[in-house]
Amino acid sequence: MNPPMPTSPSADRSAPALMRVPERGRADAALKRRLQAIWEAPPGWRGLLSTVDHKTIGLRYLVTAFVFLLLGGVEALLMRVQLAGPNGTLLTPEQYNQLFTMHGVTMIFLYSLPMLSGFSNYLWPLLIGSRDMAFPRLNALSYWIFLFAGLLLYASFSLGAGPDAGWFNYVPYSGREFSPGPNVDVYAMGMLLLGVSTTVGSVNFIVTLFRMRAPGMSINRVPILVWGTLTASVANLLAIPAVSLAFLLLWMDRQVGTHFFDVAAGGKPLLWQHLFWIFGHPWVYAVVLPAMGIVSDGLPTFCRRPLVGYSAVALSTMATMLLGFEVWIHHMFATGLPNLALSFFGAASMVISIPSAVAVFAWIATIWLGKPVFKAPLLFFAGFVLLFVMGGVSGVMTAAVPLDWQLNETYFVVAHLHYVLLGINVFPVIGGIHYWFPKFSGRMMNERLGAWSFWVMFIGFNIGFFPMHISGLLGMPRRIYTYAADSGWSSANLVTTVGSFVFALGILMFIANVLWSWRRGAVAGDNPWQAPTLEWSIPSPPPAYNFAVIPSIESRYPLWEDMLDETPQRSQLEEGLLLTQGRETIGSTALDAIPDVILKMPGEAYSPFFLALFLTGALVGLLLHAWWLAAAMTLACAASLLCWMWPSATLLQRMPMVADTEAGGA
Amino acid sequence: MPLALKIAASPPDAGDSAPFNYFLHSHGPASTPTLYLGWVLAAVCAAVCLLVAGLLAYAIWRRRAAAERDVIGDPRRSLRWVGIGTALSTVVLFGLAAYALVVLAEVGAPPRAAALTVAVTGYDWWWRIDYGDGAQRFSTANELHIPVGVPVRVRLDSADVIHAFWVPQLAGKTQMIPGVSNEQWLQADAPGLYRGECTQFCGAQHAHMSFDVIAQSPADFAAWRARQQQGAAPPPPAIAARPAPSGAAMSQPADAGAPRPVSIAGPALFMDRCAGCHTVRGSEARGEHGPDLTHLLDRRMLGAGLLTNTAAHRIDWVTRVQRYKPGARMPDIALSGAERADLGAYLDTLQ
Repeated sequence: MNPPMPTSPSADRSAPALMRVPERGRADAALKRRLQAIWEAPPGWRGLLSTVDHKTIGLRYLVTAFVFLLLGGVEALLMRVQLAGPNGTLLTPEQYNQLFTMHGVTMIFLYSLPMLSGFSNYLWPLLIGSRDMAFPRLNALSYWIFLFAGLLLYASFSLGAGPDAGWFNYVPYSGREFSPGPNVDVYAMGMLLLGVSTTVGSVNFIVTLFRMRAPGMSINRVPILVWGTLTASVANLLAIPAVSLAFLLLWMDRQVGTHFFDVAAGGKPLLWQHLFWIFGHPWVYAVVLPAMGIVSDGLPTFCRRPLVGYSAVALSTMATMLLGFEVWIHHMFATGLPNLALSFFGAASMVISIPSAVAVFAWIATIWLGKPVFKAPLLFFAGFVLLFVMGGVSGVMTAAVPLDWQLNETYFVVAHLHYVLLGINVFPVIGGIHYWFPKFSGRMMNERLGAWSFWVMFIGFNIGFFPMHISGLLGMPRRIYTYAADSGWSSANLVTTVGSFVFALGILMFIANVLWSWRRGAVAGDNPWQAPTLEWSIPSPPPAYNFAVIPSIESRYPLWEDMLDETPQRSQLEEGLLLTQGRETIGSTALDAIPDVILKMPGEAYSPFFLALFLTGALVGLLLHAWWLAAAMTLACAASLLCWMWPSATLLQRMPMVADTEAGGA
Repeated sequence: MPLALKIAASPPDAGDSAPFNYFLHSHGPASTPTLYLGWVLAAVCAAVCLLVAGLLAYAIWRRRAAAERDVIGDPRRSLRWVGIGTALSTVVLFGLAAYALVVLAEVGAPPRAAALTVAVTGYDWWWRIDYGDGAQRFSTANELHIPVGVPVRVRLDSADVIHAFWVPQLAGKTQMIPGVSNEQWLQADAPGLYRGECTQFCGAQHAHMSFDVIAQSPADFAAWRARQQQGAAPPPPAIAARPAPSGAAMSQPADAGAPRPVSIAGPALFMDRCAGCHTVRGSEARGEHGPDLTHLLDRRMLGAGLLTNTAAHRIDWVTRVQRYKPGARMPDIALSGAERADLGAYLDTLQ
């Protein structure tokens, strides 16, 4: 447990001063050694369980999410073998139904957002010039709950008790009458856990952005990735309650005997669809906007010029999210709602592509006006732009209500959503890994293998997923475990299966590249791409304390100021606040980033790990109807929280005196 | 792949190579406006993709003047192009949205009052279809007969979980939600066979839940309906030769094999083993869990689209349902060789 610092009876005498003048200066070797000693996590298993270093947590997120991507991919390949020809017999209907459900749950909840959380966790403090996230222990908690939720789902899956009613889990099929097994309860518990994980993670991102930026990094200077994750995090806070509520009500219907969705007792199956999609559609944007941010930040590096239309892209990010809350009905066009209501939601679903158009034209203009450097990340980012447009326009087709009455629940939608989720999430993510790998590891990824893996993935993806549009137009419904030879879908499905294996080969090449480069890649140096943003101003991999001195920022591209020469001011990266009295970083105002508080950051703590463990245990107790276990685990959660929250004098924040105007660089 | 642009409105039949293709084929006013909307949208979307691909390729590979290499382009000039591109996209999108709303108004409701109302109820995993009410009422399964040239209203309900009713070449789909009274309309302009299927995941055999829509001339439809309203003729103790079924050619069972005598054991077996779930009007069998079998031979397929309705398939289906449709609510019925023959012979009388 996190050893609480006892409040000494002589607190009055030893009370730390609430005002302090932080030292400024340049970092020397001695200072770096001192910072290292302050910030480094203990070695061995103690550090493993107690670390709150955002970089470690970020990498854990990336690796864990990638493992889930591979699991979801294997599930997809099994389904593709089953569907390669008519009347496939590899899988039974039950196996197929669990596979497609777990594939969806895995990719949507265990891969796509956690992967982006990994990037943001690792990168945010580096991008905004901070030594950590706002709530390091919350960060650890978010990861541990995510991990345990994933393990719970997969442990159940391996016992044949994984979710099997579709990731959308419609009632009454997911109700007790038609799904008497534990499968849906497992899903409900997993979703409640993931809801907690995402919520605390989102709170952390939001507070970090508004409180932790380096002096001078006003809100209009943060990288687009930060905008993307911020927008997604705010959306999550508003959307997650809907799905957590839905799953809680469903669990109560199933286990406690309530009747929220029970038709016989006046319950409403449509209520589930509303609650699920009020969450589900914003979620789609939450898992693509940060990835679009990766591209918006990566493209300038490889085009050797600033992003065209920074403000327009940042605003379009938020506009997309805002509209994203007003289109959930387009998942429900075929439910018999009044046509007038459908008209509004259909029109809104078309309007939502306008902000996307802004971003697309901004990316193309950036490439057009830039001087492209043909490295692997650029290939992935440019490929993304095309896939984004293809996935976007097929979305416009489904936004047309009468046409959606045809396209809905066919493979056309499967094609659309994979162009969106792979095109806008996986391609930028793989490109982003190529881009930031030197920062993560200190080594470069193999360039040639990177380019090859791009082309194999890009071609395989299109061979695999484009024909799904055609299967859909030929009337193939989703979620069928087999089909008859006379339905006319055989050729398109065979091509899809071939393409999916080519795509998988591309992923394998990428993995080989990562594994090889981690040990043997060329040593990268601080800034191998001559990139413009703050994370490249520090060593690769970064030290535990990130920044030896807190930089002060004068522009969006602090490392390109000499090249761009827009203003006479220059960011100060070598000299700034030192903050070496324990774990410290600077807190600044929400918009202008004027430093106004010295933030005392917590150190390693076991409480997040144990809180996550006990919370999972409590839900497992509910799942097994072991009420004593649930009660004991709940008490253990309370104890963990008590340890976590125990007041500690070392965490008392100080106001920086005098130095603030100076440090603000104004 | 059947992508050749052959838009001929040839009447569909059972041998169609892409019976669910709604992108190239539409046979009624509830889906034809949507067909054109689909073409327009697909064309615009393809054009947008090609345009962006071209812009992107040119932006990446365009030849750059040597002088350009050291200059950061003027962001205001480029921002103008972002503005123009967005403005154009907005205009196109508003046009498409307006067009979609016009089509919605066209297909959202029938142009005139429906000539016929049919109630379709989704079951795991088949379709119950009810016509008329009172003494005229009769029930059939997995085969929806409609008269051509008139709008037909379909009331949609579910007996268990959510299903969705879809006849791609006649109309869009609508979910069948327990406790919700949904309905849609469709109309076939030409006689023929139109395939339909469930498109909402509904469990183990969601993949095997299709149905036929059979559009007939008004006279044929009236004849069919009159025949359906009658109960099954009580089977004679023995039949020398089965009379050829009358009515539409497509309802002709494919087995014109040797006639078999029907012993009294056949109906008794049916009462004993089948009547708990199935109804045969005109007999004592009044089960409500499974399809009404009064005019079983009239149907093209067995098991909601799984097997053609031949004598061999009928009895094979009865004994090996779970092999054909694992998870189906109907169990495998164990029958001895003699029982197979007797029951099969009785089923063959349900014309």
